[in-house]
Amino acid sequence: MITVDNIHKSFGKVHAVRGVSFDAPDGKITGLLGPNGAGKSTTLRVLYTVLKPDSGSASIDGANVVTDSLAARKRIGALPHGAGLYPHLTARENIAYFARLCGVDKSEIDDRVDQIVKLLEIADFAERRTKGFSQGQRTKVSLARSLVHNPQNVILDEPSNGLDVMATRSLRELILKLKDDGRCVLFSSHVMQEVAALCDDICIIAHGRVAIDDSIDGIRERTGCDDIEDAFVKAIHRVEPD
Amino acid sequence: MGTLFTVFLKEVLDNFRDRRTLGSALLMGPIFGPVLFAFVINLSIERSFESAESTLELPVIGQEHAPNLVSFLHSQNIDAIDGPEDTAAAMEAVKAGTHDVVLVIPAEFGEQLAAMVPARVELVSDQANSDAERDARRARNALRAYQQLLTGTRVVARGINPRALQPINIDEVDVSTPSGRSAMLLGMMSYFFVFAALMGGMYLAIDTTAGERERGSLEPLLSLPVTRDQLIYGKIAATCLFMTLSLMLSLTAFYFSLKFMPLEQLGMTPNFGPDVVLAALAIFLPFILVGAALMTLVASFTKSYREAQTWLSVVLIAPTMPILIVSILTLRPRTEFMFVPSLSQHLLLVDMVKNEPINGLHVAISVTSTLLIGVVLTWVCARLYRREGLLG
Repeated sequence: MITVDNIHKSFGKVHAVRGVSFDAPDGKITGLLGPNGAGKSTTLRVLYTVLKPDSGSASIDGANVVTDSLAARKRIGALPHGAGLYPHLTARENIAYFARLCGVDKSEIDDRVDQIVKLLEIADFAERRTKGFSQGQRTKVSLARSLVHNPQNVILDEPSNGLDVMATRSLRELILKLKDDGRCVLFSSHVMQEVAALCDDICIIAHGRVAIDDSIDGIRERTGCDDIEDAFVKAIHRVEPD
Repeated sequence: MGTLFTVFLKEVLDNFRDRRTLGSALLMGPIFGPVLFAFVINLSIERSFESAESTLELPVIGQEHAPNLVSFLHSQNIDAIDGPEDTAAAMEAVKAGTHDVVLVIPAEFGEQLAAMVPARVELVSDQANSDAERDARRARNALRAYQQLLTGTRVVARGINPRALQPINIDEVDVSTPSGRSAMLLGMMSYFFVFAALMGGMYLAIDTTAGERERGSLEPLLSLPVTRDQLIYGKIAATCLFMTLSLMLSLTAFYFSLKFMPLEQLGMTPNFGPDVVLAALAIFLPFILVGAALMTLVASFTKSYREAQTWLSVVLIAPTMPILIVSILTLRPRTEFMFVPSLSQHLLLVDMVKNEPINGLHVAISVTSTLLIGVVLTWVCARLYRREGLLG
């Protein structure tokens, strides 16, 4: 369960996030949708605690991301945007390193890595060093790395970037599986169709503010647009740049 | 502690797998220094002996005017050979480099000698050419010796004791020992040790911040349930390990390469046995922490791997500066110098190589103050690792 309450974040003169609030409950998929530069990544970075909000608060399963950041990090698996791997380690070693850092018991690490390798269909290249991996292979390994410790909350920043149709499809299946397991999944995207196909709740943000936060049907109703792309564009225009 | 060790192990494995950086860190740094050192020393020794022992072939114009001088030169291991036509041709030949030095004896040489007016000879050389200058010096010294011989003969003919011409007798007493003479040259070793140690950890120091950031692996790493202190301490520990390896290789390489250097011929017997090698390692170990933390600190301010490399090449020079200044000013070890990392290690090493008694207080100050500075720098690194700006 992720709770975001009125967070603000500026970088110098750029006011990237100006009061974003939403909830991402367990057993549901929440989509953070918005055009480029809307503040999606900044919001997510606050949630996985690499950035501190200027004001407002956020918590993961009740653990405050600022005052109790270590506890908050224990409850999440995060896939940052453009996450990179260690090129001299094999895919398996990359995943196992993160498992160890996440405190997975030594005796369980091999099993866990095997499971996630199978789940994400990494086996073919698991023993290869990650140098020279394709974007799709890299994303899969990064994803495996952030899920290896079975986190209750999963935060994915544009996970489908650079993936082909097949890979996107298996990513979608994975996200649905996480939902069925009762996890809280929060992911960002700028592709409306992708979000509409998956999410129970959609939070559209633009210019650092929440434009609309509702289910897909709710958004259609409130914007008066049947076409989801039209609904997206209309929602964004409800927020003034300043 | 477990996390720190996990990070440490991963960095060690990662670095060992990276052949190219490993090559530059563990081969170039430690091996290149001693090899270069051995090469330069061997060359200079060979050349200094070669020129003293070998026969100098000196082109002499007008040999027929001074047969006695020519045979005197021959006794001084200088053979007169046929030279260019005249002085003008000799100057051309020296300028062009065909001859290093040419002696010109004018036709009136014999007459002037007999008339007891200073008899003129010309020595043509290029004084800007230091290589040629050595041969010119030999010829000049031989001529002076001949002059002294003639002076002696003339003075004796007038019934004067030739010793009257030598009112002062300078006796030089050199208190330097063979080990002491080595120290001047071998003091240079400190540069190589400092350099090798820093080279060994440079890649990892950069990788801790700029490298991880550039690769995009920093953010995933920081989102894990570990404290940033554990991450950076693990990384600095791995950096220290590679620096130590590099230093050990450098010490070993020096130990063996010194065996191949004919230093006795230069009157040097460096005290650099296995015990000194181990003592040097122990004395330089605290410096490893300072170097690792300093490089990590500097790299953490840079935006990219490339920028970090540029800045760290400055860091490579920084610890050698105090050594250089003290070497140039030939300052004796003082207690206050022992507070300066790299300088204190250098001075202690020089004392050991000179086979002089080591001041226990100096060792204690060097180790304590260097370690303390290392700990403070490491702490500063950890503070900076908590910054948000780390993500760039």
